[in-house]
Amino acid sequence: MDITLLLTSTVTLASGIPLTLLLTAASLLAGLVLAVPLAFMRASSRKWLSLPVLAYTYGFRGTPLLVQLFIIYYGLGQIGIIRSSVLWVLLRDPFWCCLLAFSLNSAAYTTEIFRGGIQAVATGLVEAAQAVGMSPLQIKRRIIFPIAFRSVLPSYANEVISLVKATSLASTVTLLEITGLSRKLVSETFAPYEIFIAAGVLYLGLTFLLTGFFHALEGRLNAAPRAKTPLGRVALQQVAHEQ
Amino acid sequence: MDGFMLQFVNGLKTTVLLALVSGALGMALGLLAAAGRLSRWRAVSVMVGFYTTIIRGVPELIIILLIYFGGTVAISAFFGRYVEVNAFLAGVVSLTVVFGAYTAEIFRGAVLSIPTGQIEAARSLGLHPWQAWLLVILPQMLRIALPALANQWISLVKETSLISIVGLTDIMRVAAIGAGSLRAPLTFYLAASALYLALTSLALVIFNLLERRFAVPGR
Repeated sequence: MDITLLLTSTVTLASGIPLTLLLTAASLLAGLVLAVPLAFMRASSRKWLSLPVLAYTYGFRGTPLLVQLFIIYYGLGQIGIIRSSVLWVLLRDPFWCCLLAFSLNSAAYTTEIFRGGIQAVATGLVEAAQAVGMSPLQIKRRIIFPIAFRSVLPSYANEVISLVKATSLASTVTLLEITGLSRKLVSETFAPYEIFIAAGVLYLGLTFLLTGFFHALEGRLNAAPRAKTPLGRVALQQVAHEQ
Repeated sequence: MDGFMLQFVNGLKTTVLLALVSGALGMALGLLAAAGRLSRWRAVSVMVGFYTTIIRGVPELIIILLIYFGGTVAISAFFGRYVEVNAFLAGVVSLTVVFGAYTAEIFRGAVLSIPTGQIEAARSLGLHPWQAWLLVILPQMLRIALPALANQWISLVKETSLISIVGLTDIMRVAAIGAGSLRAPLTFYLAASALYLALTSLALVIFNLLERRFAVPGR
């Protein structure tokens, strides 16, 4: 093990952090924007609203992200209409393909996480909101969503961290984020230990920062009074929610 | 597409075999690690904590690349000439290490949720610590861990596709070869995704049956 090489490659690979973070943040945001309405549809008791969303989440959660990425990056070009449309300018660019694949994938997981939270909101709270005359949209915005978000925060934090790790797949479609840079560097120097360990250290740093951020957020949000759960069940539920 | 039928069948076999072998080994490693994490010896517990935290904080792809290319360098140095590591073997090792870290945390959570009264009762009946683990803790812990374990197995099936990146001829690689040679990437990758969806659905059905069979009363 060459410690100097480890350190210098950490510095070189650090230049891939902005792209990794950009991919993560942009897909997270797009995924969240998609997932919130989808989660309400999925939690709906009306079958024609919930079933199409179920088909979407089932398909995206049941297949590997790598296949989804390749369908978008290599596959969509096979369709003539897409090739001749304006969208082709974006879809032949690996960055936008990654963004699309990661957003759709993340939205599928986030939808199911939020659905669980929405369905767990006590009916008495919703009834109380109806009784004071709130509209259905107001109830969703002011009552259901904040409570659901707070209760699914640990699972959502897991989803964010798995998204950071999932962006490493962008290296398979030639993007030079942390993993892409490290693969390029290894093919030039053939020193896999130092370089992949350096990449691992960078990812570990990112996931630690995010874990810390979400712990702090949980602490802040939980400072408000909330329903007590029996002690033994908390750990269990967190395990069951993990993806 | 017809000519690729046989290759897809072989790819499917490779994917299933890889998932089953690394899943079984990974669960064994996870059980050991969970026991180590809960051990009274602090050094063991801290070491296992490092293992699960580090593995779960790093992308699977990095671990696979490290084990595949790192293994090639190590073995080449050992034999004094260039030896390429078998992609299947590298896949089994890396997926076992990853699966072990995740299942260790699942098993640990499940063990902690068993009321201490159960263990005290086992002790007062005169059971040896080993017997208490085997007869009291393990059966209860496994059924509690089942839902999370199901999720993890489904992730494992999907993660096997990453081994195609280091050259294993699994479903994903067959699709990539077909997509390249027939210039029909959409067809081939959709076929691959249908196969993966079938596998994950099968895993889901099996785990639903297991959960129904071993349902914890009152939960």
